[in-house]
Amino acid sequence: MLGRFIARRLLYMVILLVAMSVVSFIIIQLPPGDYMESYIARLQAEGMQIDDSAIAALRKRYGLDQPPHIQFLTWAGRLLKGDMGRSFQYNRPVAELVFERVPMTVLVTLASLLVTYLIAVPIGIYSATHQYSLGDFVATAIGFVGIAMPNFLFALILMWALYKWFGLGIGGLFSQGMETAPWNWAKVVDLVKHLPAPLIVISVSGAAGLIRVLRGTLLDELGKQYVQSARAVGLPESRLLFKYPVRIAITPLISSIGWMLPSLVSGSTVVSIVLSLPTVGPLLFSSLTQQDMYLAGGIVMFLTFMTVVGVLLSDILLALVDPRIRFE
Amino acid sequence: MTDREELREIEAEEGVRVEDERVYYATQTQLVLRRFKRHKLAVLGLAMLLVGYTLAAFSPFWSPYDKIERAGNIYVPPQRIHFRDENGWTAPYVYGLRQTTDPETWEQVTEPDTDARYRVKFFVKGSEYKLLGLFKSNIHLFGSEDGQMRVFLLGTDDLGRDVFSRILQAASISMSIGLVGVFLSFVLGTLLGGISGYYGGKTDVIIQRVIEFLTSIPTIPLWMALSAAVPAHWDPIKVYFAITLILSLQGWCGLARVVRGKLLELREADYVIAARIAGTNDFAIITRHLLPGFTSYLIVNITLAIPGMILGETSLSFLGLGLRPPIVSWGVLLYQAQNVRTVALHPWLMVPALAVILTVLAFNFVGDGLRDAADPYANVA
Repeated sequence: MLGRFIARRLLYMVILLVAMSVVSFIIIQLPPGDYMESYIARLQAEGMQIDDSAIAALRKRYGLDQPPHIQFLTWAGRLLKGDMGRSFQYNRPVAELVFERVPMTVLVTLASLLVTYLIAVPIGIYSATHQYSLGDFVATAIGFVGIAMPNFLFALILMWALYKWFGLGIGGLFSQGMETAPWNWAKVVDLVKHLPAPLIVISVSGAAGLIRVLRGTLLDELGKQYVQSARAVGLPESRLLFKYPVRIAITPLISSIGWMLPSLVSGSTVVSIVLSLPTVGPLLFSSLTQQDMYLAGGIVMFLTFMTVVGVLLSDILLALVDPRIRFE
Repeated sequence: MTDREELREIEAEEGVRVEDERVYYATQTQLVLRRFKRHKLAVLGLAMLLVGYTLAAFSPFWSPYDKIERAGNIYVPPQRIHFRDENGWTAPYVYGLRQTTDPETWEQVTEPDTDARYRVKFFVKGSEYKLLGLFKSNIHLFGSEDGQMRVFLLGTDDLGRDVFSRILQAASISMSIGLVGVFLSFVLGTLLGGISGYYGGKTDVIIQRVIEFLTSIPTIPLWMALSAAVPAHWDPIKVYFAITLILSLQGWCGLARVVRGKLLELREADYVIAARIAGTNDFAIITRHLLPGFTSYLIVNITLAIPGMILGETSLSFLGLGLRPPIVSWGVLLYQAQNVRTVALHPWLMVPALAVILTVLAFNFVGDGLRDAADPYANVA
C-alpha cells in the first residue's frame, strides 16, 4: 500500500516537473527580444565586430530560427542531459552556477524550517496553556507584527541596528576572506556564528503563523473531555499536556510543511538578497536585473524542484506516521 | 400567545438570560455585527483602515507638497513642530534650516536653526492638484507661512522631496493594489473553484492539479521573474495592472479551494436539486443559490488575502522589480532604503515601512474579527 502510494506520488512529480519546465521556458522567453539579441549587444559593447552571417549561424546553432514548441523540445532535451543553457553574465554554464549554491540554499532552508518550529512550538504551547496571560498577550502581539512585517524589512532593521550600535555589517554567511577558504573547522565555526541572524529573520513570519495555528488547535484539544477526565484521575498537568493534547496539536505541523516550504523558500529569497547570503536568491536577483534569462529560468526551476521534493518527502513521512493518509 | 410571550415562558422555565432574547429576533446581519463589535482589535483595525483610505483618497490635501516636488534640501531630518517657546504655549512653529558641513566627515548636514522661527499655518495655498481626479484645488491642510521656508514632518529624501507627502500619496497605489488584485483573484477563484466543485469528475481533477502545481511554485521567485519581464517602456498604468495580474496569479488558488469544498458539500442539498428540476441553468444555480450560502467565508478569505498582496508589491518594488518611478508606492519609497549606510545615516527613509506594517496589521485584525463573526451562532445563545 505504501509502495503504491509512493509510486503514485513519484509519477505525479514527473508530471509536475514537465509543467515546471514549461513555466521556466516561458520565463526564459518572456522578456522582449531573444537570448541572441542580448548576447550580440553584449559582444558589440565589448567592441567585437559581428557580421550578419555569423549572427545567422549563431541563431541556427541555438535553434532560435525554429518555432517555439520545437525550441522548447530542444531546450527540454538538453535539460534532461543536465544542460541548462549558458549564463552570459558569468559566461559559464547555468547548471554549474546553480549547483555551486545548492548546498547553502538547502542548508539555509532546512535550518530555517527547524528554527521556525523551535520558535513556534514552545511559544504556541505556552500561549495556549496560559491563555489571556501577559505572556500570551505578548506572544499574540509579536505574532501579529511578525505576520504584518515583510521579512526583508526585518532584515533591514536588524542590519541597521547592528550597524548603528555595533558598527557591524551582517551581510553574508562568512567573515571576509572566509568565503573562498577551503572547508575546515574554522570555516564551520565562522558559518555557525553568522547563521543565527538570517535564520531568525527568515523564520519569524512562518513562526508567527504557526504559533496561531498551534495555539488554536491546542486550545480546542484542552477543552475536550478526555483532558478533564485525565485531570480528574490525577495525572500531573505537565505529563497530561505533553502526552496527549500537544501530540495531537503538533500533527498539523508536519502536514504544514506542504505550505510552509514554498513560503519559506519564497521569503528566504528576498532576505538572502538583502543580507547577500551565498544562496540562489541573490543570483536570481542579479540574473533578472541583467536579463540573464537562462540563469533566471534555471533558478526558478531549481527552487520549485526543491520545494516539490520537500513536500513529497513530507507527504511520505506523513503517510508513514499516519496510515489514514494512504487510503485517501 | 404571541411569540414573545412564549419566549418569556421558555426563558422562565429554562433560566435563559433576558438579554439573550434579542439574539432570537436578530437578523443575520445584526448577529454578525454584534460579534464583530465584540472583537476589539477588529474594530480598531476597521477604524485604522477607514482613516487610512480617507488619507489615501484625499492625500494631496493632507500633504503639504506634491510627491515629485523638490521642496527643499536633500536629506533634511524630520522637523519637530514646537508648541511652546520661552513664554509658554504659542501657535505651532518650526525652526528654520541651516546647512553646515560636519567638521569630521565633511558631509553636508542640515540642522535646525533655532534663531529663525516659522509659524505652521493651516489651509495654506500651495501646488495645484486634482482631488479624486475631479476637483482642482491648491489648498493644503498645513504648511509654513513663508513660501521659502518649508515644513518637513518626516524629512526629505535624496532629491529633497518631502517624505511625509510621498508616503501619503503613495498610499493610494499601495492600498489599492491589494484591492484590485484581490478582485481578480476573487473572480478567478470563485469561477474556477465553482466549476471544479459543481461539476466534479475530470474537470475537477484537472483544476485541482493546476492549483496544486501553482501553489508549489515559490511565490516570490515567480513574481520576481515575471515582473522583471514587464517591459521598461510601458506606461505607469499598464505596469500597475501587469503587476496586479502577476500578484493574483497564485492568489486565486486558496479561494478556489474554499469555494470547491463548499460546493461539493452543498451541491446535493435539496434546494439545489429543486432548482435543477425547475430547469434553472447551472450558472444561475452556482451564482444565485450556492455562492450566497457562504458569502461570509468568501469575505473573510478575501480580507485575509489583501495584506499578502500589499506585502508582495512592497517586496517587489523594494527590490526594484515591481512598480517603478514615476509611480510612487510604499515599496518604491523603500527602494531608497536598500542601502544600509543610507538607512543608518537617514533612518527616516524607513518610515514608509511603518505605513505598510500598520495597513497589513489592520487588515489582519479585521479579517480575524470577520472570521469570528462569520459564524454568529458559534458561542452566542
